[in-house]
Amino acid sequence: MALLEMRDVHVTYRSQEGPIPAVRGVNLTLDPGQILGVAGESGCGKSTLASTVLRLFPADATVTGEVLVDGDNVLTMKWGQVRAARWAKASIVFQGALHSLNPIQRIDKQLMEPILLHEKDVNENAARKRVVELLEQVGLPGRLADAYPHQMSGGQKQRVMIALALACRPQVLIADEPTTALDVMVQAQVLDLLSSIARDHGLALMIISHDLSVLATTCDEVLVMYAGKVVEAGPAAEVFEHPKHPYTRALSGAFPTIGDMTSRFAPSGLPGDPPLPGELVSGCPFRPRCPEAEDRCAEAEPDLRPATDEQFAACIHIGEAVST
Amino acid sequence: MTDPLLSGEDLKVTFRARGGGQARALDGANLSVSKGEIVAIVGESGCGKTTLARTLLGLEKPIEGKVWFKGEPLEYSGRALKRYRRQVQLVLQDPSGSLNPRHSVYEAVAEGPRVHGMADEVGQVTRALAQAGLRPPERFFLRYPHELSGGQRQRVVIAGALALEPEVLIADEPVSSLDASVRGEILALLLKLREELQLTVLVVTHDLGLAWNIADRIVVMYLGRIVEQGSTEEVLSSPKHPYTKALLSVVPEIQHTESIVLAGEPPDPTRIPGGCRFHPRCQELAAGTAAAVADKCTTQDLQILSGAAGEHQAACWLTS
Amino acid sequence: MSLDEQVSAEPAKVESVRAVSRQRRRASRRRFVAAFSKQRGGVAGVVLLAFFVATALLAPLLFPSDMLDVTRTISNPANAPPSSEFWLGTDENGRSILALLAWGARISLTVGISASIITMIIGTLVGIGSGHFGGWFGALLERLTDWFLVLPFIPLVIVLASVLNSRGVWVMVAVLGVTSWPGTARLVRAQTLSVEGRPYLERAKVLGDSNWQQMTRHVLPNVMPLVLANTTLTVAIVILSETTLGFLGLGDPFTDSWGTMLDRASASGAASTGAWWYLLPPGFCVILVVLAFTLIGRALEVVLNPRLGER
Repeated sequence: MALLEMRDVHVTYRSQEGPIPAVRGVNLTLDPGQILGVAGESGCGKSTLASTVLRLFPADATVTGEVLVDGDNVLTMKWGQVRAARWAKASIVFQGALHSLNPIQRIDKQLMEPILLHEKDVNENAARKRVVELLEQVGLPGRLADAYPHQMSGGQKQRVMIALALACRPQVLIADEPTTALDVMVQAQVLDLLSSIARDHGLALMIISHDLSVLATTCDEVLVMYAGKVVEAGPAAEVFEHPKHPYTRALSGAFPTIGDMTSRFAPSGLPGDPPLPGELVSGCPFRPRCPEAEDRCAEAEPDLRPATDEQFAACIHIGEAVST
Repeated sequence: MTDPLLSGEDLKVTFRARGGGQARALDGANLSVSKGEIVAIVGESGCGKTTLARTLLGLEKPIEGKVWFKGEPLEYSGRALKRYRRQVQLVLQDPSGSLNPRHSVYEAVAEGPRVHGMADEVGQVTRALAQAGLRPPERFFLRYPHELSGGQRQRVVIAGALALEPEVLIADEPVSSLDASVRGEILALLLKLREELQLTVLVVTHDLGLAWNIADRIVVMYLGRIVEQGSTEEVLSSPKHPYTKALLSVVPEIQHTESIVLAGEPPDPTRIPGGCRFHPRCQELAAGTAAAVADKCTTQDLQILSGAAGEHQAACWLTS
Repeated sequence: MSLDEQVSAEPAKVESVRAVSRQRRRASRRRFVAAFSKQRGGVAGVVLLAFFVATALLAPLLFPSDMLDVTRTISNPANAPPSSEFWLGTDENGRSILALLAWGARISLTVGISASIITMIIGTLVGIGSGHFGGWFGALLERLTDWFLVLPFIPLVIVLASVLNSRGVWVMVAVLGVTSWPGTARLVRAQTLSVEGRPYLERAKVLGDSNWQQMTRHVLPNVMPLVLANTTLTVAIVILSETTLGFLGLGDPFTDSWGTMLDRASASGAASTGAWWYLLPPGFCVILVVLAFTLIGRALEVVLNPRLGER
């Protein structure tokens, strides 16, 4: 059974200028031991999507659809159930981990906090032992439990955040931009760590990133989001190497393959900017920047349609060309 | 071989570190750049690439070594530096922070010409904005940074530098804070400026893919030294230094090469290891493939690369 | 088509650039006024201050100066309670308290505003200087600020008064200016440091801006709103200090400020004789003027730094 399932999720924020739709109908499933990547740039709604799993969106936001964590709908749970589910059923490694640690508390205190909150029959000694185990699980020496955040490097802090997310043995782990602002070598270390933890413990792991190449190497499946919707879905390697949606093509082009002479002195990019939620054009939201846009793209927003057996893309051109 | 336009000779820069002790941010570097070249300086954080760029700009004064521009050594008097600013300019990483939010685009781009007393300020601003791809330029005069997109803001910063008609542009992580799909247009702009204005560009970045995209030559730095340099194709297709090999192996891309994930992180510049500074993390040393030169690796520091253009050089006992 | 052919340099555009930026500035001024008018405290402060300023300006007309001449008022009843002729009664010399209050407003406002202007100028210069320059110069300015910060103003007035052999109003302005600027300087220094850390200052340096250009073009505009709000609050403090000095008898004995009125009131035993009309009005005036400036200052802070308003 899928550990995480989202059915037709819509999230709309309230603002002075009116309702702002951040997520406009997303479906996904995540099985135990599976690693799912969600790719997209600023304003696509990926962080908002992640916030629905633990009901962390603002109180005045409207959320419809179902978000099922281990079969239970988080959106309709009672408050007590939500609190119990938070961190014990599903947890998040937040973006900007480097600034998420309390600078005036030792690491062990910060890691012990969720353990003591959720597991009532655990005393402080047992919790501290578990903290040392967690640190070792993420590849850090146990003695770092006595350290303060400022004594650690960026990579070490990110590992502590992962340890924090694992503290209550969740079944679902969401990592929001876990490798941004990290050097490429530390990035590789963190990604290795995340995938080995997911496989070893049967976690359902969702990695959110704007770096499609990072997702391509670490994830099984990838969803590409644009303007609050999924515009492409499929096996990670396929989506990266043979993108079917024009946006995915542009996004993967931004991460050129070293050694590929076609990208030498030929940087690929799109004009304009990713749209802000609430400022969408009629029809396909990618139309203003799409190199393959036509007049009929303004008529309606295309659904996800099968491009191959396993890949889906929301583009009007899918299914028309004989070969892709 | 034409004479280099800008070069650094045996540059050493140290800073006083927070906990006391000297951080050898730049520990002897030779780099020369010819007119119209695009050179990428790559490395992880703390490797000294930004320090090297700032020293070439004259923002840092080296404790040893010299910066040469057009055959003349750089002097650090106020007047000499001001003159230098018309030749070598900088584009910083974060375009939103690089522009004063209270100044309009016109004022931001006109700042350089005003400070240097250039004639026909409006003409200069118009030309610079057009060269940076913001057309028609007049439409952007009165906009403010917060009204522009990330890519447009970076173009304004580039226009600000171009307004002084420099010969060299140094770009420190020019696209890392922009959305991925927007990066291409800024990189294409840099290439176009090289084509049309013979602008020489030095790009400081941690992104090897960026170097592959636009750089003629690449310089790899580790802990204050240049460990490998040469043409981009050579260095990235047949790397000589173990560090470069490791970096390339973990760049996420589907090449099916075995990734060499180095343990730990680069040590901080106040405690540089003896011998080859990379030896504590060197995968060749750890695997035993460097047994023949192992004692040199741990005891003898390598010579500083001469940085001669046209040569593929690596500072490694295995290759020398 | 090469880049040069696409460029159109029309000098005529310069006029329109300036005209439009003037328009923008006018629009932003209107926005400021609109935002300020939403601050009820600020508006109340402005009204209150306007009343006192009007009183101060009109004092010579409403209460001709010979009303304060002791030799002319001998015939008036002394220490008289309020009546139809003297709305707030008279002092021990028969002078109308109301007239004294009106003329006192002139002193308090003059001293308050002048000393605050001195404070603002010195404080801003030293603050930006110590924030912008590192090394020995910045440290020197910092030490200077600290030194003046701890200077007590009452002993200083006494010392200066005896040295200069004068206790005129301008001595007081000088003293208050000299002892108040460190507060502003520290605030400005903190703000300067935060602006200095921003990349656009480094960009200015790289473009070739001199130190002076960096400070005036980039730091000063960012610091000014803070300084204006702070200066308004400084006026309140200065007026209170001036009143204190007057009350302690250190003010100019030939002018009648609210402080010296309080001094004379207590000296002439107004408290024991129950002459509330002498004792209370000067105090109330001080409170009201200080309140006016404080309300305006707070409202300015909220308008100029929107984040403060969100609570």
